[in-house]
Amino acid sequence: MNNLKQAHFFSGIMSFVLAAGLTAVVAQDAPDVGPHPPTPAKAMESHVAHIVGHSKSATTDYRRYCAGCHGDLGDGNGENAIWLDPKPRDFTAAIFKCRSTMTGTLPTDEDLFNTIGRGLTNSNMPVWNTFTDHQRADLVAYIKTFSTRWEKEKAGEPINIPAETPVTIDSIAHGKYLFTKLECWKCHGPQGKGDGPSAATLTDSKDQPIRPYDFAAGGDDSRFKCGSTNQDIYRIFMTGLDGTPMPSFADTIQPADAWDLVHFLRTLQVNRHSRENEVLKAAGWNIPAYVEKPSAAPAGQSGNGAAGGN
Amino acid sequence: MRASKFSVAILIATLCPALMYGGTISGKVTYTGTPVKQKPIDMSKEPSCAKQHNPPITTETVVTGPNNTLENVVVYISAGADDANAPAQAVTFTQKGCQYTPHVIAMHTGQELKVLNDDQTSHNIHPLAKVNREWNKSQPPGAPPIQDKFDQPEFISVKCNIHPWMHGWFAVLKTNHYAITADNGSFSLPNLPPGKYTVTAWHEDYGTQKQEITVTGNETKSVDFSFKAKAY
Repeated sequence: MNNLKQAHFFSGIMSFVLAAGLTAVVAQDAPDVGPHPPTPAKAMESHVAHIVGHSKSATTDYRRYCAGCHGDLGDGNGENAIWLDPKPRDFTAAIFKCRSTMTGTLPTDEDLFNTIGRGLTNSNMPVWNTFTDHQRADLVAYIKTFSTRWEKEKAGEPINIPAETPVTIDSIAHGKYLFTKLECWKCHGPQGKGDGPSAATLTDSKDQPIRPYDFAAGGDDSRFKCGSTNQDIYRIFMTGLDGTPMPSFADTIQPADAWDLVHFLRTLQVNRHSRENEVLKAAGWNIPAYVEKPSAAPAGQSGNGAAGGN
Repeated sequence: MRASKFSVAILIATLCPALMYGGTISGKVTYTGTPVKQKPIDMSKEPSCAKQHNPPITTETVVTGPNNTLENVVVYISAGADDANAPAQAVTFTQKGCQYTPHVIAMHTGQELKVLNDDQTSHNIHPLAKVNREWNKSQPPGAPPIQDKFDQPEFISVKCNIHPWMHGWFAVLKTNHYAITADNGSFSLPNLPPGKYTVTAWHEDYGTQKQEITVTGNETKSVDFSFKAKAY
């Protein structure tokens, strides 16, 4: 009796749904089973300088220029994705390489805006300089509709980048010392060619093989994934590239030391003209061995059990 | 009404450990079949670590003990005893000899995690979180502990990309009632108030199993889990 009632009830519901049509089902927040992308869950905004971007304004641009690789659902599974390496970014995870913010935090709107304009070297992501700033800001807002993280979390605080220290041979020498000590060479290789002992084992957070950056490749036009200036290099290793094996060094390198590392990394770009390579040339292409200053030892060594020697 | 009684009970249990409940769920985790043989790890690329292991250690995906017991299984109350409060003390995860010790650690959501580097080499700690936020930090020798916490329950795979053989797990749970099996495969979940519980056993390679258990008073209920070894 009861069961019969229920059956009637459900068949009533079913015919109502069918009559109302598919649009009603989508509007009722049904699980997305069909090939059509659900309309973005919530309209988002982006704020880049004085520009306010709106996700709704980017719908056409996203479908036309982005969806082919990043997919209608923003999951990085566009129709071209199978042919690409590295794979297109999956916006549903809201994990981004190029950030001015600490590892584990969301990037700022400006970070995403800059990435679209800059493109990602050594990948299929082009330089989108054909967009107006407004179009780019709208796309940033659109990207933010793919993950609810953008509703729940705030973007991280951009890290502070202090004024650059002078480029000297001592600075380069100390940078080289840090490059060894911090095990940068384990992936990037002793000459920065991306051929370190662990290079072949690296995978990204989706278990796809990933190559460490080859500093030696390219000439004057060589770029990094997240920029090309000394400030960009500083930011890259301090914040890390989330979703990749490249960690953040913000907690472990002092700002002055970080600039030394930047200066050394520039010398790994052997075919690129730079102040650093000028200084190195003046020193006879020879980087002197860095001798650890005894004054720096006591504070850092106090916790080290080996120091006592007994 | 029931909820308030329960929270008073929690309060008493927190304040006076002597008054804690006497219910205990304990048992053993075993496997059937033949586990895949663990491979010796070649650490020759990191001599300062290699010399700490003679003979070389093996991978720890499946660690077994005598009589088919299974180690590194997280056994926890997945339903019936959700604790809102994380313990004040931190859990520590140590990198020593280019190995994570212990291989699996459990913690409450929001509980402080401390990652230590006891090695003479730099490591990077890379929890590949999917539900929580993924992060990746470098930690040179002598650096202070990395401190963090995770807000959502999740089993998080942890890697060092510099030393690719290093692999471990963070088990982030919504309960303080958990145990990780040692080499004898045994576990014990004490201090349980009377109630109906779901006990879940999680192994990194063999997956999860659940059992429903009712604890009525000061008793010890025995629960065993048996995992089928994967053939590859």
